[in-house]
Amino acid sequence: MITDPLLLSIKLATVVSALLFLIGIPLAGWLSVTRLRWKFLIEAIVALPIVLPPTVLGYYILVSISPNSFLGSMYLNVFGSALPFSFPGLVVASILYSLPFAVQPFLAGFESVDRRLSEAAWTLGASRLKTFLTIVIPSSIPGLITGGVLSFAHTLGEFGVVLLVGGNIPGSTQVVSISIYDQVQALEYEQAGQTALTLLVFSFFVLSLVYATNRKVWTVWPKNS
Amino acid sequence: MAEKLLIDIQKDFPGHQVSIQTELELTPSWTVLFGPSGAGKTTVLRCLAGLETPDRGQICFGDEVWFKEGLNTCVTPQQRGIGFFFQDYALFPHLSVQKNIGYNLTGISKDEKSERIARMTETFGLSKLEHRNVQTLSGGEKQRVALARTLCRNPRLLLLDEPLSALDSPSRIRLRKELRHLLEQFNIPVILVTHDRTEALSLGDRMIVMNNGSVLQDGPIAEVFSKPNQKTTAGIVGMENVFPGSIKEKKDGLAIVEINNNLLEAADFGLDTGSVMLGIRAEDIVIRLTKETKSSARNQLRGTIEAIVSEESLVRLTVNCGFPIDALITRESKEEMKLEVSREVTLSVKATAIHLFPH
Repeated sequence: MITDPLLLSIKLATVVSALLFLIGIPLAGWLSVTRLRWKFLIEAIVALPIVLPPTVLGYYILVSISPNSFLGSMYLNVFGSALPFSFPGLVVASILYSLPFAVQPFLAGFESVDRRLSEAAWTLGASRLKTFLTIVIPSSIPGLITGGVLSFAHTLGEFGVVLLVGGNIPGSTQVVSISIYDQVQALEYEQAGQTALTLLVFSFFVLSLVYATNRKVWTVWPKNS
Repeated sequence: MAEKLLIDIQKDFPGHQVSIQTELELTPSWTVLFGPSGAGKTTVLRCLAGLETPDRGQICFGDEVWFKEGLNTCVTPQQRGIGFFFQDYALFPHLSVQKNIGYNLTGISKDEKSERIARMTETFGLSKLEHRNVQTLSGGEKQRVALARTLCRNPRLLLLDEPLSALDSPSRIRLRKELRHLLEQFNIPVILVTHDRTEALSLGDRMIVMNNGSVLQDGPIAEVFSKPNQKTTAGIVGMENVFPGSIKEKKDGLAIVEINNNLLEAADFGLDTGSVMLGIRAEDIVIRLTKETKSSARNQLRGTIEAIVSEESLVRLTVNCGFPIDALITRESKEEMKLEVSREVTLSVKATAIHLFPH
């Protein structure tokens, strides 16, 4: 059992960014090639967590995963436990919350790959999937690293969504940002200061790494056609 | 009878349209799509490769229908079995020379695959570079890797989009000579897109001239150059007198060229003896009434005037010297010499005004 909020945060961020690779790469890959007219709606949905107050997002997630809801009751039937106020619930919420921070850099990476490389692969007989896996992905490594690091850092720093969906259960849902809030509430300023400084240094380190390796981090939905 | 490639397509763009209607025999010969940039040449090539879908018409390769209007199918690039050479090569930057050439070479055994790659690297002079990353190569080397990659799969049709334009000038001249020879052994039809007259003359057998999205003229290359069907074509091809000939011998920096049993002296630009295309601009030809005994012009031909056509301030004469040659002179010269049809004249051409293109 992990009781240290910092370790719990790191565990959450690791699980979330790993899952975001699995979800974000196909999603960004699809967005980079689709000519669907309603593509912009999906882009908008993916980007929503950037502008939405975390409490609003958290509220909707909480409602939709509660055992009274369709999704929540299905989870309860399959796994025998409820999602809200549990670690798996936090993972689900964090994936949604950090989705744009993975998908946007992935997409920026995929779209910056010269289209002619894909076309060359097609004329050489490679299927679209094979071309994506063997040409597009290897040429977008910086974008993939950026997306991974950003979603990790963003999950580490979340507060509002976690508080609403996960609550404040030590060892299960009490992540580092909430423990700081707790310490301040309890007037334990010295402890809060130490935790806050750790998080600050860590986040700064991660972002420096990202900017050092990739200049185009915050490009929002780039188009280079 | 050889199978045919039927191209009859239209593609719309905002403000203009590209349309072409032609038929090519699928024999090992070179067809040049020629015209200024923006003429629609590359669009045609991309439609043939399946990278773009035409809006109307059809493309048939032998008895395979690649595209047909109304039929909701367009054969994908993967299924067409063609080779497409991109203007800037489109080499896969994360792969070595060997891996680029052997990319997606599936359906054959590992030994066969490495044997085929080895054969390609040897043919294209890349044997020592096999394991190099393609980003470290020179322009000429990249071009050869791209050619090897395209040909490694034994395509049924080779589409070349400006294959020499990304090279520096010395390599371009060298590769222009080599390219035709290099591709001969693959025995496939080639369609080449270019805006370079020299490239077209060196490489083409047949030429399709395009401008503003439509075909102006389509025919054997010498014929298109010597008999442009309209003024725009003449302007685009820019050289009226083009004849097939051959270099007989070379001496004192001059090449002796035979054309229709006439021997002409041309400045030697380091070509080997053998067949050439010979080009003379109409304005480089001097007309005299009598034969000069002493002249700096190395070549003199007697002939009769077949036609006289006024072109703005100039007059175009077509003179038959056993083969027709066009000459451009001023209106005043024509009046002074009292030139008229069926009159006999002498044409003088300097050796340096005869352009030779290896063929």
